[in-house]
Amino acid sequence: MNFLTSNSSILIIAIPLLAAFLVPLISKASAKGRNIFVVVVTVFVGILVAILAKDVYANGAHIYTLGAALPDITLPRGYIVPVRIILEVDGMSIFMGIVTAIVSLAAVVYSLSFMKRETGQDKFYTLFLLMMVGMFGLEFTGDLFNLFVFLEILSISGAALAAFRTRFGDTVEGGFKYLSISAIAALMVLFAIALLYAQYGLLNIGALAAVIQFTSLDKLALALMAIAFAIKLGAVPLHMWVPDTYTVAPASITIMLMAASQACLYALFRIGFTLYGGTTGTISMGWIVIILGVLSMFVGVTMAIPQTDIKRLMAYHSVSQIGYMLLGVGVGLAVLGDTAALNAYGRQAMSGGIFHIINYALYKGLLFLTAGALFYRLGTRDLNKMGGLARNMKFTTIFFIIGALAISGIPPFNGFASKFLIYESVYQFSPILSIIAMLVSIITLASFTKVFQAAFTGPALPQHKDVKEAPRSMLIGMGILAVVIIFFSLCPGLIVDNIVQPAVDALINQGAYINGIMGGGL
Amino acid sequence: MGSLLNFPFLAAVILAGIALYILIFKKNMIKFIMGIALLEASVNLFFVALGYREGGGAPIYTNSPAGIMVLPVPQALVLTSIVIGVSILALMLSMAIRTYRHTGNIDTEKSRRMKG
Repeated sequence: MNFLTSNSSILIIAIPLLAAFLVPLISKASAKGRNIFVVVVTVFVGILVAILAKDVYANGAHIYTLGAALPDITLPRGYIVPVRIILEVDGMSIFMGIVTAIVSLAAVVYSLSFMKRETGQDKFYTLFLLMMVGMFGLEFTGDLFNLFVFLEILSISGAALAAFRTRFGDTVEGGFKYLSISAIAALMVLFAIALLYAQYGLLNIGALAAVIQFTSLDKLALALMAIAFAIKLGAVPLHMWVPDTYTVAPASITIMLMAASQACLYALFRIGFTLYGGTTGTISMGWIVIILGVLSMFVGVTMAIPQTDIKRLMAYHSVSQIGYMLLGVGVGLAVLGDTAALNAYGRQAMSGGIFHIINYALYKGLLFLTAGALFYRLGTRDLNKMGGLARNMKFTTIFFIIGALAISGIPPFNGFASKFLIYESVYQFSPILSIIAMLVSIITLASFTKVFQAAFTGPALPQHKDVKEAPRSMLIGMGILAVVIIFFSLCPGLIVDNIVQPAVDALINQGAYINGIMGGGL
Repeated sequence: MGSLLNFPFLAAVILAGIALYILIFKKNMIKFIMGIALLEASVNLFFVALGYREGGGAPIYTNSPAGIMVLPVPQALVLTSIVIGVSILALMLSMAIRTYRHTGNIDTEKSRRMKG
């Protein structure tokens, strides 16, 4: 058990990486065996995340130094700066790790039936596991260049998966767009890393944060990284790829891409709070994040209203929901230097924003999966060609209702809990922002009422008279997310106190992150 | 002599400028991919030029001649970045081929199906 605890962070990255390349071999022997193998690996990684989470919540940040005699020796003898790659998992990283683990598990179970008709499934699962590697690596690493590498692993596997069903012409277009924006964003990050390395000769985030001066080159590096991650997470006005890529990707991959953009959101916060947290740039950066957030919320939901393609509609809602997280955490970033304001409402705004990350991943994941189930059975995503499906697809309907109520922030669902935290605290910062957020929530409800009415109620269309319920593995995949949503809805206080607060503290407390790296010498 | 050392940086800026022009104005997928490749080359050139020291030798410790060495870290990082870049270009080109097979066109304006 001790071995597992102290090595869990690297095992979470290494096991899917090795398993990814075993998948084609096992696939040669038996397709069924491969499916079991992939699910077992995902479950095992989930257990490791739980073990790591227990360790982080009990003992503070978990440090793993690659190549050192002992995992916690961050500084080799005689060195004053770290030279090895270090994984540093604090409250925020493990929070994102939990999100990734839940989403991956639901996605992999769902894929078993959903991808059954496709060719080249061995490659599908290889890329799927690589995507998990990319996300966990991005969330756990404490090294800037390592972050770049994991970002690229994530982008390449994500784009290949988005374009996976090449028999449909438009999938390739969606994949190409995702790959293009990812390549440009990653090069911007690399250029920013070069600017920082040129000045300080360091790549470790904690070590850099301790010495950063906020020169004009540092400002340029911050701007480049902020834009790059804003592109990757799909904030307005850099959202143009989101609807195209989310729409055409297989539903299980859509939710993985969604988790990937959450991981990029994490990277943005890590850069803003930890790397630049001690500088004077936090106020202006906070405002930029707030403006991006409000724009995303409003433009996203407005664009969603006229859509008739169910997944495209949901993709625009994704843009809109990301806005809530940016708004909540942006307010925290803007008042980071002002202790009174931070304690009065900044902390609460941040816990709202961060709590919304996991809520969004759950209910939006569930909604995308129900849309995938409709596509699987009907072969269309067009809302005008659906109707009366509640009769034949009972479970899918129930899952859709849970997801739709949660995303619209109807009490007592989890979406309400996090949105309420945001409304309440942002109101003290700026009433108008809070009112916009509430307005967006109402429009969201209207939009999902439209979808429900169009797809599930009314007379059944003649061509869908004997449509069947979605296959079992897809129902289990959706069920996993639905059960977690209901659990979160029943006890939001428990979640906020135990996993959201440590994440907020980890972001605010920059000193602890630096100390984790610089204090661990021989 | 000091000004001569700035040539790689100047070249990186010119490459980036050409790349951005291509990425913004060219509609042909193959040209777009070339733009990505040029941008990559520009960043890699910038990064590796950072590690150069005038008159420095290769950073190999065994039997090294006396004197200064160039920085090894940027070279290692750029090598990684080049490998990643190759895989991105390969995947993009394969997607361009797929697009051509589906639509008979690699013009991003004409092969485009999704709008709004």
